[in-house]
Amino acid sequence: MFETVAQMLSYPFMVRAFLVGSLVALCSALLGVSLVLKRYSMIGDGLSHVGFGALAVATAVNAAPLSVAIPIVVLAAILLLRIRSNTRIKGDAATAMISTGALAVGVMVISMTTGMNTDVYNYMFGSILAMSAQDVKLSLILCAVVLILYVFFYQKIFAVTFDETFALATGVRANLYNTMIAVLTAVTIVLGMRMMGALLVSSLIIFPALTSMRLCKTFKSVIISAGVLSVICLVVGLILSYFCAAPAGASVVLVNLTAFLVYSVLGIARNARRG
Amino acid sequence: MALIKCENVSVGYEGQTVIKDLNFQIANGDYLCIVGENGSGKSTLVKSILGLKAVEKGRIVFGDGLRQTEIGYLPQQTEVQKDFPASVYEVVLSGRLNSRGLRPFYTAQDRRTVYEKMEMLGIHALSRQCFRDLSGGQKQRVLLARALCATKKLLLLDEPVTGLDPIVTGEFYQLLCKINREQKIAVVMVSHDVESAVEYASHILHLSEDTQFFGTAAAYQKSRAGKTFLGGEAYV
Repeated sequence: MFETVAQMLSYPFMVRAFLVGSLVALCSALLGVSLVLKRYSMIGDGLSHVGFGALAVATAVNAAPLSVAIPIVVLAAILLLRIRSNTRIKGDAATAMISTGALAVGVMVISMTTGMNTDVYNYMFGSILAMSAQDVKLSLILCAVVLILYVFFYQKIFAVTFDETFALATGVRANLYNTMIAVLTAVTIVLGMRMMGALLVSSLIIFPALTSMRLCKTFKSVIISAGVLSVICLVVGLILSYFCAAPAGASVVLVNLTAFLVYSVLGIARNARRG
Repeated sequence: MALIKCENVSVGYEGQTVIKDLNFQIANGDYLCIVGENGSGKSTLVKSILGLKAVEKGRIVFGDGLRQTEIGYLPQQTEVQKDFPASVYEVVLSGRLNSRGLRPFYTAQDRRTVYEKMEMLGIHALSRQCFRDLSGGQKQRVLLARALCATKKLLLLDEPVTGLDPIVTGEFYQLLCKINREQKIAVVMVSHDVESAVEYASHILHLSEDTQFFGTAAAYQKSRAGKTFLGGEAYV
């Protein structure tokens, strides 16, 4: 048992995957609680598709993938938020439009340059090998920034998530914090999508929050539970993927789904016992 | 000096002016009810007082040491809150945010204030309960406690008794009356319930397309606007 673990960790790419994966899982779980409660979950999905397009373009022009994708996805996040707060255009339709549009651009760029090959497959469904040592450094810094900002503004994020009107009335600059959440989400998604895949990365945002809400009754406990659960699911998923030679992204999502089902059953059982 | 003074204020939404040249004021310890039919601009006026919406004309002046961000606001409940996992304590504590500024954490003083307000409203025992599991009346008390944490001088309530049964509504009005009298906190309430408004309020502001009325509750009952609105005559 110990030997197999040691062997797994002797691969540098596995260590990188565990390290970056856990941090991204933690950040996305924290942000996900606000996004899910504010009915913004689809923004995560939309952003990951924009990220796919951006990565494809970056590869085509031979630029560093993360430094191209992050600014583009951050811009898309701000744009999506603006559209959502404008009631004249339907937010969900606009999100779908932008995400499919970006996906199409990505596919087009790839097919005109390298052709549809394993690269595309890796972008879509993720690859555990995707992280370079330089990416790891950038990911560590960005995740630290996300965590620090989140802790520092925790009370404001709670107020804005629970009741935006009240927060605004008492002088909290809700738009600023909404934008902050969207920008942090954008950064987290870009960091996570190469391991998890563009189609699967939004699960990191949605699952831990939804799962924790089955059982937890306070905002703080939901946040803590989501963070812990997300990291555990990611680690278990990566180990599964290593031993079964399964795609990393899909393994992590399936572990998350299992956790959700377990929590749901526990939640139903508790409610039934009480009344 | 009044807490809030509206001078020739016009407000509107979607490009239409709904309130024209409105004048009224709220003094320390007043209890003002804003009544009027749907679409008469009650909620828009509330948003303008809170600074969430710019006025088209005129100005709203704050006095007596009241700042705009120190109004204890009790908004209409939103869809989001129906399944929101938050304890009563967390919700009430968020009312202290306007005294925080940029500082990230609450102090012991904030926590004391929270327990004080919960005690006052009789929701102390609920503090660890989940907000979404409470009854309608309990929820409104929690939001009232949060509003009280945000203010020392003025409460602003937007249709607080919507969806409450008559008994709970009565209790809520009693509670407001007590806060108004004992804590000397001015109350401004948007309401559909004109009978109770006249019973509890010291002043009435009646908004409608063609008439405006501002004055004491007693004067309102004698006024034309009050008679038609209260009398239940055909007034469509």
